[in-house]
Amino acid sequence: MTDTTTATVDNAPAPGTPLLQASNVVMRFGGLTAVNDVSLTVNTGEIIGLIGPNGAGKTTFFNCLTGLYVPTEGTVTYKGATLPPKPHKVTQAGMARTFQNIRLFHNMTVLENVLVGRHTRTKEGLISAILRGPGYRREEADSRAKAMEYLDFVGLANKAGTLARNLPYGEQRKLEVARALASEPGLLLLDEPTAGMNPQETRATEELVFAVRDRGIAVLVIEHDMRFIFNLCDRVAVLVQGQKLVEGDAATVQGDERVVAAYLGTPYEGNADSTTPEENQ
Amino acid sequence: MTDTLQIRPEAAAAPKPAIPLPTAAARAVTAAGAVLTAASAFLSWTYSSQFPGDLTLSGYPGGLQWITFTGGLLTLVYLLVGYGTPGLRGLAPGGAEGTTVILAVGAAASTWFTLIAISVELGGLANLTTGGWVAGIASLLAVVGALGLPRDGQHPQGHRLGALLYPGKRPELAPAKRLAPAFEVGIVLLTLAAALGVFAYGVDTSYAELFAGFLILAGFAAWALNRSGDFARLGEIMQRHRVLATVGAFVAAGLFPFTQTSSNAEANANLGVSILIFAATALGLNIVVGLAGLLDLGYVAFLGVGAYTAALVSGAAGTAFNVQFPFWAAALLGAVVSGIFGVLLGAPTLRVRGDYLAIVTLGFGEIFRIVVQNLDGTSGPNVTNGAIGISNVPDLNIFGFDFGSAHSFGPFDIGRFANYFELMLIFTAIIVLVFARSANSRIGRAWVAIREDETAATAMGINGFRFKLLAFALGATLAGLAGTVFVHVNYSIVPDTFQFAGPTPPNSAFLLAAVVIGGMGTVSGPLVGASLFFLLQAKLSFLHDYQLLLFGITLILFMRFRPEGIIPNRRRQLEFHESQTEDGQEGPTPELRTAEA
Repeated sequence: MTDTTTATVDNAPAPGTPLLQASNVVMRFGGLTAVNDVSLTVNTGEIIGLIGPNGAGKTTFFNCLTGLYVPTEGTVTYKGATLPPKPHKVTQAGMARTFQNIRLFHNMTVLENVLVGRHTRTKEGLISAILRGPGYRREEADSRAKAMEYLDFVGLANKAGTLARNLPYGEQRKLEVARALASEPGLLLLDEPTAGMNPQETRATEELVFAVRDRGIAVLVIEHDMRFIFNLCDRVAVLVQGQKLVEGDAATVQGDERVVAAYLGTPYEGNADSTTPEENQ
Repeated sequence: MTDTLQIRPEAAAAPKPAIPLPTAAARAVTAAGAVLTAASAFLSWTYSSQFPGDLTLSGYPGGLQWITFTGGLLTLVYLLVGYGTPGLRGLAPGGAEGTTVILAVGAAASTWFTLIAISVELGGLANLTTGGWVAGIASLLAVVGALGLPRDGQHPQGHRLGALLYPGKRPELAPAKRLAPAFEVGIVLLTLAAALGVFAYGVDTSYAELFAGFLILAGFAAWALNRSGDFARLGEIMQRHRVLATVGAFVAAGLFPFTQTSSNAEANANLGVSILIFAATALGLNIVVGLAGLLDLGYVAFLGVGAYTAALVSGAAGTAFNVQFPFWAAALLGAVVSGIFGVLLGAPTLRVRGDYLAIVTLGFGEIFRIVVQNLDGTSGPNVTNGAIGISNVPDLNIFGFDFGSAHSFGPFDIGRFANYFELMLIFTAIIVLVFARSANSRIGRAWVAIREDETAATAMGINGFRFKLLAFALGATLAGLAGTVFVHVNYSIVPDTFQFAGPTPPNSAFLLAAVVIGGMGTVSGPLVGASLFFLLQAKLSFLHDYQLLLFGITLILFMRFRPEGIIPNRRRQLEFHESQTEDGQEGPTPELRTAEA
């Protein structure tokens, strides 16, 4: 399965300096430990996959990275600086995300959605919006040009005036990517970008992610589609019951019997209680 | 006939008319009915001149007869459009037959309203003369004829009686041809003139019966023009000549006091300026509710803050500070203080979302009123003179122009309220400018994004709290600005004006209703909604307590049949009538595409 894209992976820019470093992240909700002591590093130019069974804590971990949750313990740094625990500041810092269940601004047009993505890279405030000076006009025109460029990049330029809600499912996913790219991130976090897609659409998403990486943007992607993830990623981390089970390239992860156990169950009946698979070994 | 209704839409290419008549006969009956209806306005309808408007004269229509006359004439015009009269064909791109039905029903409704009003007020049908009966029967004849015309709309299945009388939904409009620019400019100017005329007539209606008759016909005519597609076409033309339309609308509004020459010109100008204040405040609320999606139930408090601030520095006798600021300073101060209050109220309250925010703002609105009531010298320091309020607020004097006295401009006498009307019009223009420009900018997009999905908006780098606070503060500032004029127009100010709900505007419930019914997120929506509500309230005061009942019924009917408001935001229109586009074609309507470009 991996053979199809090894060539593409080889073409990727060599992994550079660490971009995002999550160390020993713990997230507890009351008595429930959703993420337990997970560390992960994303380097520049890398595509990293995050997989795991349902309820493994992938999205929770994602939310810890993007400031939606404040980790109970552990630190997250981006380009060496600790990330502020506010989603808008995380985006400002250079990390943009998409959502597992598409969260577009449904009653705005496609172009407006991307323009909202430009928010952190534009500065004009209320007063200049009301006065409409030359600076404002220039920035607005510049924003629109950039937004169209991102729409062109994902192939939605001809739908700029459409309401986001009227886009077909696959294109809504693309628009989410364009909107995230508009904030000019150094790292793009994709939460299940191919959920509900047919094989052709999944393939197109794959191409899109490679194209994003080729623009010099690192990508961290959560996915259930194994074929997609192993085609795409330089490294894959497996999260099971809130803990990182294994991390490595596609072959390492696929060959790890603990991963197989986590997905398919253990071949012998040990203890039936909810201890982690690691302890079962 | 019931068979027709059960036919699938594709089979019912040409649905049978509600009343089976040969088309030629139907046209003839409608034409005869419409002409007779219009002509009957020239007859005497009653024996006694006790009914207001004096309908006893033959040869000249009076009062409500003008309404019937207009109704008959409009029916006739659209009948001729449907007949293919050269020169009129472009008038009904969405189908003339359905339009004719609505207009005929409107003419009949307003005529029968008059006849019933005469009978009730004068005590019995015996008070109607032959002319009255002619009008009644002719208007019904036009309805019968119109229902026999071939149907041209999209008709729903089922609901037998309703489907029979329903004039059909407007079919999709074909893209319009552009007219010659000069012609389009002419249409824009003509529309503005007509709007001014209708508005001035509505305000000038000197007795409740006339206003009710006017409202009935105006309501049906608006429905008819929407059904005919004329409003859609006009909207496109206005969009192309946006600057002209906007400037022209303000010029037309500025001409309003000059149209009022009757003895109640001052009362009408007072109504006009009150409408403007109410509308401008509603537009401020529209930023908070329509754009940022924050339900604010205590908004009228900000109008109060601006009004009290202006009153306190107006030099009125008995105020705590014995100072008199020039008006520009008072207006600025009122706006700024109100904005500060917006921030003070917003900072703690905006941390809660949705329903909770509504309740918290409701509480703050009441707190404002009660605090002001208690700053009377006994319960607290004497700042606002308590429940008695601040009276004798002096009239404005800007550059030697005394707003308190009448001035003549050529043949026109412009009185006190008309002076304030023109002043408030300038303020309204400023508020419209601020609203329109902030809505269509990075800031406005952030507000709409927060309204649509706050989590996604923050993930896009928008500081949700900060932008909600900005919307709150800007809305408050605009309301405060309106409040500074409000206090001078009304001479005095008392805390009880600023309630959550009450029979008279301004109160928070009325403001919110004006925004929602008018059209959230649009500029003209709240202006139209506010005018409508204020006029209803001012003109139908004879209903007393039933007014609130009427108000409630209006709200329910609107939310059921037109949830997007009178002037829908292009986004919301699609949101509420999604099914139309879904079973039609995918993607947006042509209007939307052009609007975005």
